[in-house]
Parts: sequence; C-alpha cells; structure tokens
Amino acid sequence: MKKLSIFLMLIICLNNTYSFAVDKPTELENKIFKNLRCLICQGQSVYDSQSDFAESMKIVVRKNLKSGMSEKDIYQFMRNNYGEWVLYDPEINKGTYLLWGLPFLFFLIGGAIILRKLGVLKR
Amino acid sequence: MKNKIFVIIGFTLFIFCFIIFYKGLQKPNIYEPLLEGEINLPNFTSYDFFSNEKIFSDELIKEGSYYIINVWASWCAPCRSEHNFLMSLKSKNFQLIGVNYKDNKNNAQVFLQELGNPYSKILSDKNGTLSIELGAYGVPETLIINKNKKIIKKIIGPINDQNFSELLKIIK
Repeated sequence: MKKLSIFLMLIICLNNTYSFAVDKPTELENKIFKNLRCLICQGQSVYDSQSDFAESMKIVVRKNLKSGMSEKDIYQFMRNNYGEWVLYDPEINKGTYLLWGLPFLFFLIGGAIILRKLGVLKR
Repeated sequence: MKNKIFVIIGFTLFIFCFIIFYKGLQKPNIYEPLLEGEINLPNFTSYDFFSNEKIFSDELIKEGSYYIINVWASWCAPCRSEHNFLMSLKSKNFQLIGVNYKDNKNNAQVFLQELGNPYSKILSDKNGTLSIELGAYGVPETLIINKNKKIIKKIIGPINDQNFSELLKIIK
C-alpha cells in the first residue's frame, strides 16, 4: 500500500513538472504559427514543424507578443526579415493582385459559361 | 457568332495559362531568398559569448563602418570549411562579428582554439532567436552590413570562392 502511494505521488509529481515544462501555446500564438512558413522545411508551417528554425521562430513570436506587438506587427517584422514568402496569407499588393484577382475572374467567366449553357442568359 | 467569341476567349485563356506554367517550369524549384534592396538592421540585445555580458546592438554596431555578421556553430560541418575564408578576413578594415548558434560553449571554444578566432566579438545565441531577429535561416550564414547600418548582402550557406570575391568587392 505504501509503495503504491509513493508510486502515485511520483506520477503526480512527474505530471506536474511536465505540464510546467511544456508551455501550451495560446490560440493567437497558434494562429500566427500556422500563418508563418518554416523556410527551411518543404511545405510546412512553423506550427507543423519541429525544426530548429521553427522552434526559434516560435520563441521569437512569443517574445514579441509579450513585448506588446500585435499580430500584424509580427507579420510585418517577419516580412521585413524574410520577405513576402514567409507568410502563408499574403496581403494584396502590386505583386499579389493577380493571385487574389484571378480566382474571382475565373469564377465569373466560368459562371457565365455555365449560365449560358443552361440557357439562362439566352434571350 | 457568340460561340466564336467563347472559343476565342477560351483559347486566349489557354494560351495565358500555358505561358504562365511554361515560365514556371523554367524557374528553379529550389527557393533561394533574394535580398530586395537594403534591409534595416533590426535592434537586438544579446549576450557576449565569453563574458556573458549583455550587449545592445546600438552599442555594438555603429554607423560609419562595415560589419560582417557570421552565424556559426561548432557542430556545423560547412562552418569548418568556410573558416579559412573568415580567418583571411581578419586584418581587413571592418569588424567581423560571430553569432554562435545553438551551440555548446565548450565545443565552440575547442572549435576556435583549433581553427583560430577571426571574430572581434562573438554573441551567443543559445535558442536561435537572435538569428531569427537578424533574418538568418540557419548555419552557416553571413550578413554584410554597410555604413548606414543596412544589411546589403546575405550569403546563405558556406562562403565559397565565388561569393568570397563578391564580398571583397563590396568591402573595399
């Protein structure tokens, strides 16, 4: 009985230290991690990756959040350092307007074709 | 008549897509970040590798002279190969600052004893945050900072003959 209680105590202690050691990311942190590309990995976000680069990036994001930077500030900071490519969700600007506009254009053209085929647009 | 218009539109769309994809095929698919223009050197605080003193970027890097920041680690094999280039830079008219990336201090010291210490100052970057703040990707990496405190070149990966001569051209 005594052995069992010691064993249980030990497990509880271990669990506690474990929960202290791993800082659970907040929702905002996760949102930012998911929008940052791990630049040295292939097709992974910082959230997905456990590479050295991604782990350091997470620490920097946390540090910046703590120092009062907003989500947008952090994206701007990362863009300054690594270029547009680091963001999964690029902003609309001179270089990306085609990226944002083309799907809508295709949607309209495709819709027109379908409507025409269906005879809705026929007079 | 209307059908013809659709055929023409469809055809031009096809050509458009074809050109885009064809051009995309010609591009190398390994992403290599281009440094667009000059990047302001961000402010940072760090610790001295030897004395563990706190160092502010403003005190370390001042306007009016060139700086080279080299990110290295003792566990990184390419760093070993580029070390000769760094050693030959030692007597030139700029400061070489080392950033010791995620390294064990003893191993790093052995590395420097064995191959020589070309750096005028070494900052320690135990958790890799300093290199992220500097916009580095990993080890080895070399940043060239001009007299206006702007990063004007990044050499990602080890220094070789080609980018070494480029580097010398920049800092004449």
